[in-house]
Amino acid sequence: MIPAPFDYEVAESVDNAIELLGTREETKVLAGGHSLLPLLRLRLTRPSLLVDVGRLDLSYVRDAGDSIAIGALTRHHDVATAPLLQEHNPLMSFAAGLIGDPQVRHRGTIGGSLAHGDPASDLPAVVLALDGEIDIAGPNGVRTVRAAEFFRGVFETAVGPQELVTEVRVPKLIGDHVWSYLKFRHRAQDWATVGVAAVARRSNGGVADAAIALVNMGATPLRAGAAEAAWIAGAADPGVEADAKTEPPSDTNGSADYRRHLARVLVRRAVEEAEAR
Amino acid sequence: MSAPTEVEVGRAIGARVERKEDQKLLQGQAEWVDNMHVPGMVYLGIVRSPYAHARITKVDVTPALAHADVVGAWSGADIADEWQGSLPCAWLPTEDTNAPEHKPVAVDKARYAGDAVAVIAATSRGAAEDAAELVEVEYEPLPVVVDPEAALADGAPLVHEEFGTNRCYTWTLEEGEIDRLFAEADVTVSERYRQNRLIPNAIEPRAVFVTAIPANGEFTLWSTTQVPHIARVTLSGVTGIPEAKLRVIAPDVGGGFGSKLNVYAEEALALAVARMLGRPVKWTETRSEGYLSTIHGRDQVQEIELAATSEGKILAVRTKLTASMGAYLQLVTPGIPLLGAWLYAGCYDVQGYSFECTGVFTNTVPTDAYRGAGRPEATYAIERAVDALARKLGMDPVEIRRLNFIREFPAAIKAGLTIDSGDYDASLDVALEQAGYESVRAEQRARRTAGDPKRLGIGLSTYVEMCGLAPSNILGAIRYSGGGWEAATIRCLPTGTVQVLTGSTPHGQGHETSWSQIVSDRLGYEIDEVEVLHGDTAVVPLGMDTYGSRSLAVGGVALYYAADRIAEKGKKIAAHLMEVDEAQVDHVRGTFHGPETSITLKEVAFAAWTAHNLPDGVQPGLEETYVYDPPNFSWPAGAHVAIVEVDTETGAVELLRYIAVDDVGTIVNPIIVEGQIHGGLAQGVAQALYEEAIYDEDGNLLTGNMVSYLVPSAAEFPRWELHHTETPSPTNPMGVKGVGETGAIASPPAVMNAIVDALAEDGITDLDMPATPERVWRALEEARR
Repeated sequence: MIPAPFDYEVAESVDNAIELLGTREETKVLAGGHSLLPLLRLRLTRPSLLVDVGRLDLSYVRDAGDSIAIGALTRHHDVATAPLLQEHNPLMSFAAGLIGDPQVRHRGTIGGSLAHGDPASDLPAVVLALDGEIDIAGPNGVRTVRAAEFFRGVFETAVGPQELVTEVRVPKLIGDHVWSYLKFRHRAQDWATVGVAAVARRSNGGVADAAIALVNMGATPLRAGAAEAAWIAGAADPGVEADAKTEPPSDTNGSADYRRHLARVLVRRAVEEAEAR
Repeated sequence: MSAPTEVEVGRAIGARVERKEDQKLLQGQAEWVDNMHVPGMVYLGIVRSPYAHARITKVDVTPALAHADVVGAWSGADIADEWQGSLPCAWLPTEDTNAPEHKPVAVDKARYAGDAVAVIAATSRGAAEDAAELVEVEYEPLPVVVDPEAALADGAPLVHEEFGTNRCYTWTLEEGEIDRLFAEADVTVSERYRQNRLIPNAIEPRAVFVTAIPANGEFTLWSTTQVPHIARVTLSGVTGIPEAKLRVIAPDVGGGFGSKLNVYAEEALALAVARMLGRPVKWTETRSEGYLSTIHGRDQVQEIELAATSEGKILAVRTKLTASMGAYLQLVTPGIPLLGAWLYAGCYDVQGYSFECTGVFTNTVPTDAYRGAGRPEATYAIERAVDALARKLGMDPVEIRRLNFIREFPAAIKAGLTIDSGDYDASLDVALEQAGYESVRAEQRARRTAGDPKRLGIGLSTYVEMCGLAPSNILGAIRYSGGGWEAATIRCLPTGTVQVLTGSTPHGQGHETSWSQIVSDRLGYEIDEVEVLHGDTAVVPLGMDTYGSRSLAVGGVALYYAADRIAEKGKKIAAHLMEVDEAQVDHVRGTFHGPETSITLKEVAFAAWTAHNLPDGVQPGLEETYVYDPPNFSWPAGAHVAIVEVDTETGAVELLRYIAVDDVGTIVNPIIVEGQIHGGLAQGVAQALYEEAIYDEDGNLLTGNMVSYLVPSAAEFPRWELHHTETPSPTNPMGVKGVGETGAIASPPAVMNAIVDALAEDGITDLDMPATPERVWRALEEARR
């Protein structure tokens, strides 16, 4: 329960953080620490250097025109309660409010959650469903990656070893949007056994621009393309093919079969809930 | 037994007195073992086997010794000479019980994942962990057995080769003409249940701290233990430190639930290392280390059969248990399933009773006492089986219970003991009324008619349990090595306050408050004038500690009688001081009333201290001790009702309401009783819905931390609805019974009966704990096929 020895540096600026990350082979960024510290304490990860970015000025929720910009160090609690998000993207704030428990939400950060790349986390799937954009700073400046290209595998993202997530942008849901986030878990503070983020725009008595993303149904958050098409087509049960092209894990919280079944039920329910909103 | 005055309920006893202990706990001023630091202290790091079963072919500690902060490192062989005996097992239930040697550090073979194979002493905790990684151990993995039934099969890997079997013991109890009753019965049911293995989670992990005075050969062990007195006796035997030179202190202890009713390898190790190095030693487990080194609970296969008439009258019950001991026998491992041996007919009157339990070694963490210890298992089996019988006969679960309740007390039950008192109908009446039983049934039918995928279920558990361990002669008869008495001393100080010494060692129960209430009731002191000392063998040398809901029913009664003795001596002195005959003096709550004047106990205490004017033959001082050996167990009972909603699409179970009606005799402090029931319910519901220690076939604990071992939080529970009926126990003058385990005993079958009640019409009657969403969903899938 005591981490293996490591060095520790506090980054003074984003540039300084990038510089520090380049000084060693095995470095880790410390933000809220709620994913990293348990791994350190179990000695499942043994970085030689921790770069603490906690003092960088990256905690904010701002109006950015068509989108809402969220600083990478914004705590989940602040995402959940930001009036700008509650007004323009309630899916985002609602989902953030379901993460862990109050202690976790007051420490964990949106940038850390995305960069950690855990497919069981809530926000990656939500940002994927929203087609969000992620700014990544590196030695050559800042690049922007769309959510669909960001998640690469279990704990693998587009963020390189000498890079840092600085900002996340999600669109304002303009017009008559409907949404739902369903998180199936055994205990309130657990990760989702399966989660479903669903969002669409009402159009001609049906919906358009439907997006459904799944939590914990594969190595990364996944779009449920067949279910999206079924929703747009007005199918009676858009969940029937929700688990198509997924590869859910099997663990003590649920077998792959059970997760497939849950995905089908939860997608149907998410669509029902969204449309009833 | 004398005929003492009855307690006055509602003054001190029965009052909602806030716990005296809480201020210091809430303000961070408690005395925890892990907070102790002294100069020169070393920390232990323990190397544990990653294999569930492996021959240890080599242990090389030299790389660890090379670490700059390490002061010692030992393999099991290196340290073997420190042990005078095995770690203790105080309960070998039969003459032919197989009791293996159990060294604190394994020497030739590791028998479960977590078995200690080497130990490090270092000057910091971090260094101890770093150095533990440096020890080179070579293992030769052996075949593994984790399931108790598989362990009994021919050719199963042997946990202890020397026995030629994994069978530890078989213990039987049979009364009445079982075979005839089953042969002649109109109807029988035969059920098979699994008691999921549980991992106790006290809020404070285990910790040990030892200081030594090498010149005198004296050692003081601070331990997060429920049982400092038992630890002193037994650790003396393990280490060879004379009992008189070993002081054991349990300071503030943050919960135990049975997991700290034990004597552990790390306690012996800390003593041995302190003796070898002549330095203070500390060890604190981490939560995940605790999951591999602190005892587990339950883990049984239960087969239960009922024989009954077509009207639903139960004639006989026959039970067969296969109980996992784990890899070794800890303090009371073999006896735990037997603490339920008399309770498999529950609160029902039967003519025939048969019980058989086989204890089995497996390559798993040893099992031992966990809240309820044997009685939750028994209650679960009979309460589910009674529901199964009701279903078979088309009867309502309420009706079948009413038909079979024991109604005359004291009740000599067929299993061979005597229930002190009870009124099972009274508790059930309150429970049904509070639950709105008929209206829940109506809603259940309405949902079904409407085709609602969310089914409603209502489940009952009408339980009786035996606690307040225990009459010493009965413990002797069932081959337990210790007694069941408890000691209390009252010392009236000269300046108007009073000390209580109790051998019952609290670890969160609030003894200081309840004991103060008893002294206040008996002797008139204010609650704040009572100081309660406990948990230190140098301060309270005589004690049998805290477990089995015994503190109030044994230790509290000892205190009551000690107060009688104070009053008796006080009366002699008071009469002398008032110059009247003793027979003319009445003692009422700390005041001695003579024919014309009166004198207070505090005045008497001062007079006894100055000793200027005492009657002939009366010794100075006012201090009395009473050691109480209870004539019977105490038998709390009650009726619990769970109302659940089962989502048949996902398998999710939601506990909507929980109504607990408990009869625990006289209540001394309602706040403490409610707290005990709240916690017990949480742990029982956790067994039914959440918690399960899962081993894979190689003996790896898959649920090795709190992410995968699902301890629920308050967010998972409804608001507990508590009610009471009160049937005082006639076996003690306060009428008290135990309450510490009732919630954990009663609630698992209430919840499971509710789930089966919700799903029986879907074809599901066979469902094991924990009823996780996937398990419920799979049962539904199977039934749909």
